Amino acid sequence: MVPSHGEEAGASGTEFSLDAPEELSHDPAERPGLGPWRLTLRRLRRDKIAIVAGAVFVLVVAACLAAPLWADHVAHTTPEENHLSDQVVIDGEKTDVVDLRGKPIGPTWGGEFFLGADSNGRDIMVRLLYGGRNSLVIGIAGALGTIVIGLVLGLLAGYYRGRTDSVLRWAMDVIWAFPVVLLGVALGTALALGGLSIGPITIAGDSLAIPTLIIAVIYIPYLARPVRGQALALREREFVEAARAQGMGSLRIVFSEILPNVGSTLVVFLPLLVANAILLEASLSFLGAGVQPPNASWGTMISEGVDRIVTAPHLTIVPGAMLVLAVLSLNVFGEGVRDALDPRAKVRIEH
Amino acid sequence: MGSSMSRFIVRRLLSMLLVLFAVSVIVFLVFNVIPNGDPAVRMAGKIPTETQVEAIREEWGFDEPLYVQYATMMKKLFTGETISYSNQQNVNEQIWNGLPRTLSLAVGAALIWMAFAIALGLYSALRAGRLSDRFLNVLALIGISMPVFWLGALMNYYLGYKLGLFPNGGYVPLTEDPLDWFWHLVMPWTALSVLFIGFYSRVLRADVLETMGEDYVRTARAKGLSERRVLLKHVLRNSLIPIITLWGLDFGAVIGGAAILTETVFDLDGVGQYAAESIDQLDLPPIMAVTMFGAFFIVIFNTVVDLAYAALDPRIRLEDEGSR
Repeated sequence: MVPSHGEEAGASGTEFSLDAPEELSHDPAERPGLGPWRLTLRRLRRDKIAIVAGAVFVLVVAACLAAPLWADHVAHTTPEENHLSDQVVIDGEKTDVVDLRGKPIGPTWGGEFFLGADSNGRDIMVRLLYGGRNSLVIGIAGALGTIVIGLVLGLLAGYYRGRTDSVLRWAMDVIWAFPVVLLGVALGTALALGGLSIGPITIAGDSLAIPTLIIAVIYIPYLARPVRGQALALREREFVEAARAQGMGSLRIVFSEILPNVGSTLVVFLPLLVANAILLEASLSFLGAGVQPPNASWGTMISEGVDRIVTAPHLTIVPGAMLVLAVLSLNVFGEGVRDALDPRAKVRIEH
Repeated sequence: MGSSMSRFIVRRLLSMLLVLFAVSVIVFLVFNVIPNGDPAVRMAGKIPTETQVEAIREEWGFDEPLYVQYATMMKKLFTGETISYSNQQNVNEQIWNGLPRTLSLAVGAALIWMAFAIALGLYSALRAGRLSDRFLNVLALIGISMPVFWLGALMNYYLGYKLGLFPNGGYVPLTEDPLDWFWHLVMPWTALSVLFIGFYSRVLRADVLETMGEDYVRTARAKGLSERRVLLKHVLRNSLIPIITLWGLDFGAVIGGAAILTETVFDLDGVGQYAAESIDQLDLPPIMAVTMFGAFFIVIFNTVVDLAYAALDPRIRLEDEGSR
């Protein structure tokens, strides 16, 4: 399988150089004596586009966190409240929120129904902000889950080699052999029906934890492979040999000697993983296997909108545009981080 | 050398079978251990009596131990006798029905995304750092940041419904009317290609720039070869290898279920859409069949790419042996 040879074939996964890129080091701003992380921060700070993109993403997150403020003080409604028979004043004229033929109003650009209403008469702007919270929580938690699990598996496989490595690589191959969306949808639908109970932990079928968990598992091989490759190379280095000679235990070597050296991989992966997790959540929700009602997310909003795109296209456009804004800003920022840390890194994640 | 290659092939094929076996067991278990998933209850109708459910359970063999059920299901899968629980249709026939649709989508889109990716990636590399390069980079990033079903829905609405340029979804067989076939597939091809064009063109750009710094390229220039010849014969040929690898893998993935969203939004009724509908009804036999079908394509293309690499580079064969 190629994935098992990702590093050799250059097809997938990453190729990181372990040393700081030399070609950038004759920059006057990079005084000798600064640590690699400080250098990275300096380079990143001079990448205007990446900084703007990072700021945009922070703004999106802040807006979603401020959802209750907008709902209470500007829109005066909640994400679930129906206004089917209400009217709003537009240009001095009273207008039905949802007209007799079931067509909801479009953006009013005013406080109430700023971005229009959906066919149940719910305020799109309020739903967008509350739904964004779910999309972001799933994206970020899913990516962190992938990082923790992928990191541990990759480190163990790379350090211990032998049988541990074979078993873990084989497990990764199995995950990789599943069609990504198909696997997600199958698990999502199955778990949404009955929930999940592992020993004492029970997760309800409509819990956000289910799509989060599915997304975390699906992306594990993308991270575990490059980490394994790095651990394989690092374990032969002198400082690891020194640690071994001092009588350090294997587990301690893995976590205190090798782990700090794969930090740059994790930092490069994090924004891109979050971006892809948000996209995958939307895909799962579009096929009914992601976020379950009464919760909303950008994905479920697009999915509801597509069914009514002819009467009310804004129901599709608005949540999709917001999602693209969040994902794009993360991708651009992630690219800046990668360039600052290691321009030769090749990262590949699919959605 | 010959024996190391054949050992490599045998090992790859064995691990392929093992992976497919694991995939089938996982899917089978997932859909058997979920609560509310009892197919007998679902098949018995809205208000089933206990005896009806029992009768169905016995008739379809749901009362057998799980491993017996698994064995029966796999046997039927290979002999083409798998029957859907929800509508009693033959699953293989359904997949055969969807296959030309999925293949039409995958082949066309793969050609489009590769052609555009090469053109745009090469252009970007030659204009590296200039405005047109940055503009293309932004476009590519937007391309990889868009959900394909959202793009597809907007294309359907604006190009199909509003402007009436293209038919609004659906599929016409190639043998029936080639022009109409093409016309129906233009939007799905485009929507599916956007992500890959964005991704591949950036990979190619980076590889071309890296290759241009190689010694043999400088040698070729020093020999007095024309710039065009250096570019096509020396630079491009070597930079294409990584994206051709990706091409093989992604093509397998697209046939194997990655097109599920595109098919659904454009109502192509291919294998992916069949999978989505079966999952919606928790209909285990078609889910098993389609997942196995998808995993098969993914694994086959992975293995082919892997073997090609091993044939070209002996180090891969040896390292693989050493690490086991």
